[in-house]
Amino acid sequence: MNEQIIGYPQLGVAALLVLVDAGLSLAFNLGIARSLLVAACRTVVQLLLVGLVLRYVFALSAPTLVVAVALAMTAAASFEIYARQVRRLRGFWGFTVGAGATGLATVLVTSLALATLQPSPWYKPEVVIPLVGIVLGSVMNGVSVSLNAFNTGIVRERASIEARLSLGAPASLAFRPLQQSALRSGMIPIINQMSAAGLITLPGMMTGQILAGMPPFEAAKYQIFVLLLLAGGAGLGALCAVQVAMRRLTDDRERLRVDRITDDGGRP
Amino acid sequence: MIKIRGLQRLSLGPIDLEVGDGECVSIMGRSGSGKSILLRMIADLDPHAGDALLDDAPCSSMAASRWRSMVTYVAAESGWWAERVADHFAAASVARDILPAIGFPAGALDWPVARLSTGERQRFAILRALQPSTRVLLLDEPTSGLDTASIGMVEALLHDQLARGTSILLVTHDGEQALRMAKRRFLVDDGRLVEDRP
Repeated sequence: MNEQIIGYPQLGVAALLVLVDAGLSLAFNLGIARSLLVAACRTVVQLLLVGLVLRYVFALSAPTLVVAVALAMTAAASFEIYARQVRRLRGFWGFTVGAGATGLATVLVTSLALATLQPSPWYKPEVVIPLVGIVLGSVMNGVSVSLNAFNTGIVRERASIEARLSLGAPASLAFRPLQQSALRSGMIPIINQMSAAGLITLPGMMTGQILAGMPPFEAAKYQIFVLLLLAGGAGLGALCAVQVAMRRLTDDRERLRVDRITDDGGRP
Repeated sequence: MIKIRGLQRLSLGPIDLEVGDGECVSIMGRSGSGKSILLRMIADLDPHAGDALLDDAPCSSMAASRWRSMVTYVAAESGWWAERVADHFAAASVARDILPAIGFPAGALDWPVARLSTGERQRFAILRALQPSTRVLLLDEPTSGLDTASIGMVEALLHDQLARGTSILLVTHDGEQALRMAKRRFLVDDGRLVEDRP
């Protein structure tokens, strides 16, 4: 494989496109130049730093270090999920529901992938860390979108949920339409990604492997494997998060407990 | 008979009340005095102290869903969860027979919820609460958005339910309606329920 296909000059050419976008934003007074440039700088700095750290982790190849990196990545994803919630469960649960669902789904899906791929040793950082990273990204999206849709929907749909409860419906039935729509929202990105794969877009990982010299058919098999893992992870994480949030927003008398959710802090 | 024993939440209560089978009591009081909270406590929709008993069976001793299928709360602003009116009824065939009595044509159950007016929503919300299991109706301003003719039809329907033995707790701001519907009338005042004697 040609590992030198991307050098700093090539990165510079790609960066020009972002600069053009920022320039257009300034010219038409669209107000996105600053956030676009900050995000682009973050991408460059974060990915280069990760590249340096991973070089060190790969060289040491110690299981505790691999687990520590995976835990740090999960913690960062959990904070992202927490930060993206317009309404959160109050107290301890606000962070724990998203973090727990993310951790559980990521561990299960990554373990299944490792059991299938059987790297030697099992903690081989070149396999474990990229796997955790890509699974975590998908789980994080599924959990944060579903949880946000559920938590905001609870307040919006309060009248319809309580109407069903008032007529004698169990909480599981009263919450079902909202649960379904929240899960659908969380799963749409990965469903779109799978539906479009190959026909409309070449997924990023497969594109990278082909550019790096891997035969397309082999790259396709890797991509299929990863996409199926991502779909499984996103679904599992979203389901866990919404189910636990639903439990938390009812009580032993099957009431809707909107007092256990924060207000939206004036956010749209 | 429904008995309310020491119901209390926030600054409301403790409240005691007994309403016999086929009896309607009205509850009035200024906005924010706690009338809706009282009905919601009886339906066990909000956490509270105290208990309610239906024929001496405490609410706390049975599943909440069973209690609410017998002691049914109808909110002032009704909620809807499906597109068609009929999908909100446990037994649409039973409701179809009562439609003309509250001013709806026979096909009204097939209407989309989105096109209902406020008054139509209120009438359908009362109608869907009339389940075979319902023993007590907790009605929160059930006719506040209705014209005089519709109010008359809803009151006639409620009188029919009273004649069948259903108990009704009626929250209203309409003093005339309270006189027409209820023999005993109450006021929520300063967190207490007091009988309004002429």
